[in-house]
Amino acid sequence: MIFKHHGIIERNSLIMLVCILIVVSIGGIVQIAPLFRIEQTIEKVEGVRPYTPLELAGRGIYVREGCYVCHSQMIRPLRDEIERYGHYSLAAESMYDHPFQWGSKRTGPDLARVGGKYSDAWHVQHLINPRAVVPESIMPPYAFLEGREIGIKDDIDKHILANVRVGVPYSQADIDFAKADLMAQADPNEDSTGLLARYGNKVTVRDFDGDPTKVTEMDALVAYLQVLGTMVDFKTYEPEKAQNLR
Amino acid sequence: METSRNYQRVQVRFDIAFVALVVIAIALLAVFAASRAEDIGMAFHSWTFLGAAALAALALMFNGANNGLEYDPKVYSDAIIRYGVIVSTFWGIVGMLAGVIIALQLAFPEWLYFKEFGFLNFGRLRPLHTSAVIFAFGGNVLMATSFYVVQRTCRARLFGGILPWFVFWGYQLFIVLAASGYLLGVTSGQEYAEPTWHVDLWLTVVWVAYLLVFLGTLWKRKEPHIYVANWFYLAFIVTIAMLHVVNNAAVPTSIFASSSYPLFGGVQNALTQWWYGHNAVGFFLTAGFLAIMYYFIPKQVNRPIYSYQLSIVHFWALIFIYIWAGPHHLHYTALPQWAQTLGMAFSIVLWMPSWGGMINGLMTLSGAWDKLRTDPVLRMFVASLAFYGMSTFEGPVMSVRAVNSLSHYTDWTIGHVHSGALGWVGLVSFGALYALTPWLWKRERLYSLKLVEVHFWLSTIGILFYISSMWVSGIQQGLMWRDYNEFGFLTYSFVETVKAMHLPYVVRALGGLMYLIGACIMAYNLWMTMRGAVARQEPLAALQANPNLVAAQ
Repeated sequence: MIFKHHGIIERNSLIMLVCILIVVSIGGIVQIAPLFRIEQTIEKVEGVRPYTPLELAGRGIYVREGCYVCHSQMIRPLRDEIERYGHYSLAAESMYDHPFQWGSKRTGPDLARVGGKYSDAWHVQHLINPRAVVPESIMPPYAFLEGREIGIKDDIDKHILANVRVGVPYSQADIDFAKADLMAQADPNEDSTGLLARYGNKVTVRDFDGDPTKVTEMDALVAYLQVLGTMVDFKTYEPEKAQNLR
Repeated sequence: METSRNYQRVQVRFDIAFVALVVIAIALLAVFAASRAEDIGMAFHSWTFLGAAALAALALMFNGANNGLEYDPKVYSDAIIRYGVIVSTFWGIVGMLAGVIIALQLAFPEWLYFKEFGFLNFGRLRPLHTSAVIFAFGGNVLMATSFYVVQRTCRARLFGGILPWFVFWGYQLFIVLAASGYLLGVTSGQEYAEPTWHVDLWLTVVWVAYLLVFLGTLWKRKEPHIYVANWFYLAFIVTIAMLHVVNNAAVPTSIFASSSYPLFGGVQNALTQWWYGHNAVGFFLTAGFLAIMYYFIPKQVNRPIYSYQLSIVHFWALIFIYIWAGPHHLHYTALPQWAQTLGMAFSIVLWMPSWGGMINGLMTLSGAWDKLRTDPVLRMFVASLAFYGMSTFEGPVMSVRAVNSLSHYTDWTIGHVHSGALGWVGLVSFGALYALTPWLWKRERLYSLKLVEVHFWLSTIGILFYISSMWVSGIQQGLMWRDYNEFGFLTYSFVETVKAMHLPYVVRALGGLMYLIGACIMAYNLWMTMRGAVARQEPLAALQANPNLVAAQ
């Protein structure tokens, strides 16, 4: 029987090593490899664009503070979730997310479509002291973001370049003007025509944190939160179309 | 005699040369990186590397001068395992303390968040807790026990001279780098794989050396067959290497910056991450600790493992099926449905090899069940298998899409993880540490079996508090989220469901605290055992030797 021949493996550590490698590789190869045939995995939708430099910096703060530990960004196609949070999340909406921020736990609510639901001022107050606006909240305070300049401001072009290297379609101009674009988005007095030309007219340009003197981490994080889930125009998206079923 | 010693000295010691080269390379790289570091994370880590290299160089020179680098190939290498027992206990308490703190933060947010100390917020401490208990506590237990088991079952000294010491201290350095990184906000943002790219590279070097030490010891074995525990250790080491390298593939923003962006994004990143995440459970927290079961339970009851053929089936079925189960973390997400279904199907099948292993461990006690009454260490092992059986049944249930639609994103998942982590991994580790300490320090027995008993009950009741409070909060919150009133509207706002979690969160923190106190009692007991103290108790051997009792059996 098969057990008789198992002795060969038991007596030879290298044969065992190779057998283990083969056995543990199969599942991963079968499941992961097909996902890279993008046309079968990700819907074609209008509107999803790479993050602006300010949003990317805000996203970096979101990751740094571990927001994904308590907030998901993945609305499931279940009735209550769609009514509570909005249209279920599409794969296309996170295709430029390195790393993905779908999350695994909702100690706080889902944030996939939080963009535009609250005012900038609400977000700033809520981040400074969550219990000042939501008394029952158990979220930590992030007052230290207020007034703190964005740490990666001067290196933002390198961050965009790294994103290009992992496949996000930024242009050379996006890299060259990264810092100017970052500053322009949080300051309505600056010239934002270049920013809007590169990232589209839907980009929000305003002083997110209410402090016009400098561009802060609070600006960046609120800019990121306000863009979440707002890129796709669901009026033109037809979920029942064959190409969108998977 | 004299000539043979001289002969040994002129031999080139490749292990020393390798470690010295790594130390020099690390020192040069660290100086270079420290001078040009672009962010605080890289600056701090460069100095940490430099300090570690300086300590390693001092240790090499001091030991070299005192003949401390020479060793007797005819005896087991046990000093490193004694260190392993001590650091495992230390990191265990650190990790559990971090867990109790973050549990209290969720129960009492007004008291335990400090506006001025943002680095102590939940989002930064939670990775610290998970990494400390999984990689620092669990990892050190696995290293220490694997070094013990592979030597005893191969009847050979650890391979590689001082290479095992490089693995040991290199791994501690990895832990310090990872933990300090989390507090500084240096993270790659993927759960259970948060260390950044330079820390990942360092772990890769250490892990390859670990594989080499383990394989080298197998090659030196004087037994024709490789014992089953070693199959599991080998699968754990090899598969973790594969998962680590693939899931952490990333492009740094600069070689002098700690920040990086993962190679995969969106849905591909999600599946790779949970392929990694679930198999960190499967191969780190399961295969590795099953190796402990396969050695320590037969040893503790003094009986061979129940079934050799079941061991073979258990091993290959477990490692083959586990790797497919990752997508059950992504039910109803934007992951294509075929992948979700595959993940669910294999998760359900996984129930069988899991229970096969549990049965193999439990049935090893057949004919010796009476020892459960007298040996609290054995009771720890058996309870760990019971929790293993429970959580490997609960897991497949939760992987069913319909159940998952309720349980996902709730505390039910947290409870499930902890019934496995506290019940299975924790208790089997405590059992191994209790068994190893008298063996390694050459003591007749543990300082106090009474204290083991206290530890056993504290942790068992603590686990029950923990998992039952999480069942309550998880199922309650899941039901509240999907509850509709008579007008067809959602009944509860999100924050009302948060408010309802308060009491379960308090109970959970209490359960965790009991578990932590139990671990502290264990630390005291092990410490007294190491010192050679024996509490005044009737030794168990007397009970065994009683002829009346033996006759009664």
